[in-house]
Amino acid sequence: MGGQLTISQLQQKANDIREDIISMLEAAGSGHSAGPLDLADILTALYFNIMNIDPKNPEWEDRDLFFLSNGHTIPVQYAAMAEAGYFDKEELLTLRKFGSRLQGHPERERLPGLENTSGPLGEGLSQAAGYAYSLQYLDNQLHRFVYVVMGDGELDEGNIWEAAMFAGKYKLSQLIAFVDRNNIQIDGSTEDVMPLEDLRGKWESFGWHVLEIDGHNIESIIDAVSTGRAITNRPTVIIAHTIPGKGVPFMEYDYHWHGVAPNSDQAKEALAKLRTLDGKIAHEGQGI
Amino acid sequence: MSSYQLNPELWSDDVPQEPIRAGFGRGLKAAGETNDKVVALCADLTDSTQMSLFKEAFPNRFIEMGIAEQNLVTVASGLARAGKVPFVSSYASFSPGRNWEQIRTTIALNNQPVKVVGSHAGISVGPDGATHQMLEDIAIMRVMPNMIVIAPGDSIEAEKATRAMAENNLPTYIRLAREKTPIFSTPDSPFEIGKAYVLRDGTDVTLMGTGTMTYQLLAAATSLAEQGIEAEVVHVPTVKPLDEETLLASIKKTGRAVSAEEAQIVGGLGGAVAELLGEKLPTPLKRLGMQDRFGESGKPDELIDYFGLTGAKIAETVAKFVHDTPQYHQQY
Repeated sequence: MGGQLTISQLQQKANDIREDIISMLEAAGSGHSAGPLDLADILTALYFNIMNIDPKNPEWEDRDLFFLSNGHTIPVQYAAMAEAGYFDKEELLTLRKFGSRLQGHPERERLPGLENTSGPLGEGLSQAAGYAYSLQYLDNQLHRFVYVVMGDGELDEGNIWEAAMFAGKYKLSQLIAFVDRNNIQIDGSTEDVMPLEDLRGKWESFGWHVLEIDGHNIESIIDAVSTGRAITNRPTVIIAHTIPGKGVPFMEYDYHWHGVAPNSDQAKEALAKLRTLDGKIAHEGQGI
Repeated sequence: MSSYQLNPELWSDDVPQEPIRAGFGRGLKAAGETNDKVVALCADLTDSTQMSLFKEAFPNRFIEMGIAEQNLVTVASGLARAGKVPFVSSYASFSPGRNWEQIRTTIALNNQPVKVVGSHAGISVGPDGATHQMLEDIAIMRVMPNMIVIAPGDSIEAEKATRAMAENNLPTYIRLAREKTPIFSTPDSPFEIGKAYVLRDGTDVTLMGTGTMTYQLLAAATSLAEQGIEAEVVHVPTVKPLDEETLLASIKKTGRAVSAEEAQIVGGLGGAVAELLGEKLPTPLKRLGMQDRFGESGKPDELIDYFGLTGAKIAETVAKFVHDTPQYHQQY
């Protein structure tokens, strides 16, 4: 896909994805709002700039890989995939409905383009690491990269740190992980529920190269990945600081929106806000 | 009539014996020779689980995972996505004991051909005691959609089973025992995933065994014959999918059924047979194995005897069962 869109076009795409997310969740009547909205910029950067993929040939053998570890944020991946052309956008409105390929949590076999099945937390980093190990040690394919997105609350899981230790030991340099550092989980703030800090220090001590960025700045996301790809003796983790519910003011920073979908009035309000943002972003983006 | 060729030395004083896991080790190396996609991952028990042969032959395709069973199976899921055929081993207590949900989500639901190898299963683990004697593995793996469950009866069969699962392209669990087990099969004996085998013909009762118990059933049948009871012995190395046709044909003939396993009868082979007979051929059934309790420390032979699973003890139980229970025939 690499690089056809300008930064302002990418920002517009992220906004389109946010609108898709709101419409999908409203139609579904259930699902998670905060995480998908705050991941829209990262997924946009991956699907529309960073990853070497072919939406019309999802099993293309030379593709880069995307693993979603916190499967409950799947609406953002479905929306990014539809926007990228993996399937028609109308199908987005089947999210969570009987017979849909867009299951409430992602199932690989149901939808071409998904690399894993996830939902139970803590398992995506391992799956991505397994693929990255194969590329680096078994297949000698050093030009392909494996991306994984984790939630921050998910880092409570021991499985994550088993995987972090494994990737550190084997110096899986083709593995680039994102932590969606939105500071919320179901029961409240991450630092109240189970403190994660010193998060940078934790990853560094496991042998990772750590970058911290504004997870809503698409240029920063692209730059960070570029740095990660250039580092060949360690895996890279990008701690992306995000605002839960980003783009919808009444959802932002509020952990109650972690696992709730907007009703039709709320969706109307959210879409109106996002559409206002359309013009603003397009205007700010001029000249980039 | 059984056409299964038993090891001619089976009843000699020096019947060859070998741990079932040793056959797995040879089978994995052989699978690695014929299929370069086969990779092996171990959680710090490479010698115990007999992955060392593979590791020596293919050091670049062996991955040391450390004592981290959750990561063991989820990394394997990613390797399978990359086109590999990963075998993952640990003690059965830890894998699939500890990492069941990871197996469920990333291997079974995700439908990736990862091969979970549970070594040191059953009470014959012995002195290590209940924590290390995995008895629930058949039940927890059998209940999982998409999962194949195999418990080979001796080391020769384990070698064949390992080679077969390397090529079946499905999530698969294999259960291995630690102690030496007498070898009842031969290199020419058949093995196919999903098939049960009649090892001995009989008319009075069908004895169904999986894993190490099949040898004990053969011994029990010999002793029962001396008392005038002709037991048919059916070896069930694949617990899932169950070879319903072979089991039902035998039980229809004998009208009495006995199952035996070194595992919990709840959800184990006993559970599987009870489900089958309850639905398709209600027949009196006696289930031998662990009766909803944990094991304990002791010598392997001592424990097998204590829990009533030697040939001699099984013969006693079966004789009483046959004596007390009328045959149920063809009325269904």
